[in-house]
Amino acid sequence: MPKDFFVLMKAELLVTLLLIIILLLKIGNKKQGNGFLLQIINLLLLVNLVAGFFCNRPGSLFGGSFHTDHLLVLEKNMLSLGTLIISLQAYDWLLQHKHVAEFYMLLLSTLLGMFFMISSGNLLLFFVGLELSTIPLAALVNFDLDKRLSSEAAIKFILSSAFSSGLLLFGISMLYGTTGTLDFAVLAEQLNGSPLQLFAFVLLLAAFAFKISVVPFHLWTADVYQGAPVAVTSYLSVVSKAAILFVLVPVLYIVFRSQGNTWYNIIYLLSILTMVIGNLFALRQQNMKRFLAFSSIAQMGFILIGISGQSEAGGTSVVYFVLIYIFSNLGAFGVVALMSTQAGKENVNDYRGLYKTNPLLTWVLAISLFSLAGIPPTAGFFGKFFLLLAGADKGNYGLITVAVLNMVVSLYYYLRIVKVMFMEQNGQPVERIQTGMPAKMALVICIGGVLITGLASGAYQYIYSLIAG
Amino acid sequence: MNLSLLVILPFLTSLVVLLCRGFKQVRAVAATGAALQVGLGLALLCFYWNQRVSGNTGLMLFQEDHVWYAPLQIHYHTGVDGISVAMILLTSLIVLAGVLVSWNIEKLSKEFFFLLLLLSVGAYGFFISLDLFTLFFFLELAVIPKFMLIVIWGSGNKEYSAMKLVLMLMAGSALVFVGLTGIYFHSATADGMHSFDLLRIAQMNIPVETQKLFFPFIFIGFGIFAALFPFHTWVPDGHSSAPTAASMFLAGISMKLGGYGCLRVATFLLPAAAHYYSGIIVLLSAIAILYGAFATMMQTDLKYINAYSSISHCGFVLLGIGMLTKTAITGAVMQMVSHGLMTALFFACIGMIYDRTHTRTVAKLGGLLKVMPFISTAFVLAGLCSLGLPGLSGFVAEVTVFMGSWEHADGFYRWATIAACSSIVVTAVYILRAVGQAIMGPVGQDHFRSLKDAGWNERLAVTILVIGIVAVGVAPFWLNNLIAPASEAILHTSEAIMHR
Repeated sequence: MPKDFFVLMKAELLVTLLLIIILLLKIGNKKQGNGFLLQIINLLLLVNLVAGFFCNRPGSLFGGSFHTDHLLVLEKNMLSLGTLIISLQAYDWLLQHKHVAEFYMLLLSTLLGMFFMISSGNLLLFFVGLELSTIPLAALVNFDLDKRLSSEAAIKFILSSAFSSGLLLFGISMLYGTTGTLDFAVLAEQLNGSPLQLFAFVLLLAAFAFKISVVPFHLWTADVYQGAPVAVTSYLSVVSKAAILFVLVPVLYIVFRSQGNTWYNIIYLLSILTMVIGNLFALRQQNMKRFLAFSSIAQMGFILIGISGQSEAGGTSVVYFVLIYIFSNLGAFGVVALMSTQAGKENVNDYRGLYKTNPLLTWVLAISLFSLAGIPPTAGFFGKFFLLLAGADKGNYGLITVAVLNMVVSLYYYLRIVKVMFMEQNGQPVERIQTGMPAKMALVICIGGVLITGLASGAYQYIYSLIAG
Repeated sequence: MNLSLLVILPFLTSLVVLLCRGFKQVRAVAATGAALQVGLGLALLCFYWNQRVSGNTGLMLFQEDHVWYAPLQIHYHTGVDGISVAMILLTSLIVLAGVLVSWNIEKLSKEFFFLLLLLSVGAYGFFISLDLFTLFFFLELAVIPKFMLIVIWGSGNKEYSAMKLVLMLMAGSALVFVGLTGIYFHSATADGMHSFDLLRIAQMNIPVETQKLFFPFIFIGFGIFAALFPFHTWVPDGHSSAPTAASMFLAGISMKLGGYGCLRVATFLLPAAAHYYSGIIVLLSAIAILYGAFATMMQTDLKYINAYSSISHCGFVLLGIGMLTKTAITGAVMQMVSHGLMTALFFACIGMIYDRTHTRTVAKLGGLLKVMPFISTAFVLAGLCSLGLPGLSGFVAEVTVFMGSWEHADGFYRWATIAACSSIVVTAVYILRAVGQAIMGPVGQDHFRSLKDAGWNERLAVTILVIGIVAVGVAPFWLNNLIAPASEAILHTSEAIMHR
């Protein structure tokens, strides 16, 4: 075993350790209620997040199939942060749930899978990580055990995931067939753009597109988001997508670097399709979870523009945007979760007159939506600006024009929610929602992130320095 | 002088407003903050004047430059020339007047003043920015508060109006964004990096074809803010649904953001394209001037009358910018100041009339002079300013625009100028008719007799705006001397580049 094994695999080992601790807690603790268990787990997740910032060193293990550097560590920390926020938000919901330990074991298994996935230097390890992150998610989607919609969503999710995994494996096998290697670094040199390799690339990209719900592979998204418990929905839309994006960028930028012109055209078309269709469908949604599903589809379209920039600024803008997206989307989902679990309301119309009874929650949701829409001074403005700026580097101003007009369209539906909350009078607005401390903390973290990440340029510059080296 | 104070002061005031308890504290804090803004504006004028008198001929004064996003060469770079100083002064006056006329808003007063002050942060930041990113940041910052102000405190068909306004303005800023990225990627400094810095880009020779490609994006984008025909349709709806103070802001400041942007970004950075497209700009503004004037004649609601006449008056701003002569541009900026003050006064008076009579329909009003002499006099004064009575600011500004336009010897430009001039007659018709029906004559309804005239806060607001209007109208030279060197510098810089 290499000397620095424990240092390099620190993040993965920590999560595994957490898994074991939770298992032991579950076995040893029969008497105390859920509250005690949840507090311990949240504390452990916090420790995990903090530990992620110390003792980091770049390096690789297992003959290059596992590698880590400062950027990957940062990305893992972002995923841990997202998980922690979601766990805090789910506190009130889990308090009533019978299977807390199981929830966290599944959740942390997916996190472990994501860590392996983004650290992988080899297609096989990548696939293993991806599967490890997907299969427990299907069980999580089904975690509202007594709801039919939840089971239906889980079936839809597992079927589409299995299909996309099949595509991915098909693509991997063809890449292996043409180049004789599974290693990313070697693969990058061996690619010559033969038709079979391009076909493999298309299959690979389709699998990625499924996972981050890029149109036309987005059809599962809305149903699954609606059926799944809110905590799982937010995990799906933020953490799981973030992890896939963290792999997609290096795969496109490094492995398929030689085919840059080919994939630029594909990404460019996909981004236009994704923005337009995501926006059009979001316009008329009445269920908040479905609404956020389509809004997150549209957001992916903007991220693809940043990716299409094929530059250091492009890679930076994607990671930076994901960080902002974690804060703003989880801010929005946090309020939706409270409304859903405390008041049992999920429709846009139920938010009428919310400002009267819950002014602070309304501001939180409004600021998060402004950030998603890209309005200053929230971080979303900076994130979108830099994505588009990176994309414009290619000189394709048609794409940028389509994108900014889509931003205007998206503003319509974000503002629709804001308008409903602030002005519309209702005979019975939702009563004042009592929130526990953990949920409040989660919302404070999100809003703090949304307000600070943009105005202070530190995060962007740090990411840029990691990517530009 | 530290220009960032102009942004920091309203921002801090807005935060303090949020911490206040009770409606009286809130408005006291807001009024104090607004008064301090006027103080800052006047101080800026003095310092600026002092620098110029002592021989400082720099293009931009009081510059401050901090790196914000180093990898993308985004700076926080501020500085002012005469045009910005005039706009800042205008903004501060309107903010104070706006806070004063909103003195009795009790519904969610904290939120109201917070948003109002946030709006002024956006306006000040926009006027002092010398970096395109910062400029765009503040431009967009000033959009959402408008939406909230209209949606929560507005009247009439407010949801529709607010959405229309915000979507059209955001579409405008979206076009501006495309133009900005275009300029950014075609700007190359000595070290091969791109730049957002206005002053540096102005020294670069951007290829003519590139200028022609991106000029329409920027000009139309800012033009939407300034009610460029045919993108003016948000103006009547937005103005008429907004609460009084927001209407004053919209017409008095927000539309000026557009005019200022057209001048500072489009004309200054893309001079060759500005010459290339000047015919179209002049044509569209002449249409806006005439169309706005004729459309106003058909209106029966006081707010709509002022909204449509704003389209007409803002046409003069764009006409002056399109003419590209020193006098015309100076006139355009003077018209921005004049129109800002005049239209704010108009909306303030309309708001006061509506608060008392609960109608804005001209036919239902009448004889207001007898029951509320102060408000009526102010209304008449605003009307006279609008139709260009000598001694008030409107006359000075419009004459300057016309004189500058006439310097253009080309036949087409002269015809456009003549057409624009003729709108003054139409303006006189609708203003005098509105004044005659609403203010003069017998008292329209009996219950009007029991109505009270303006309170102290309203008198103060009106007085502030009237002082501005008269100060420009009676002694226009100080404003002219403030603006003219700046507009000459804009033209001079751009011509120097073009002849290189």
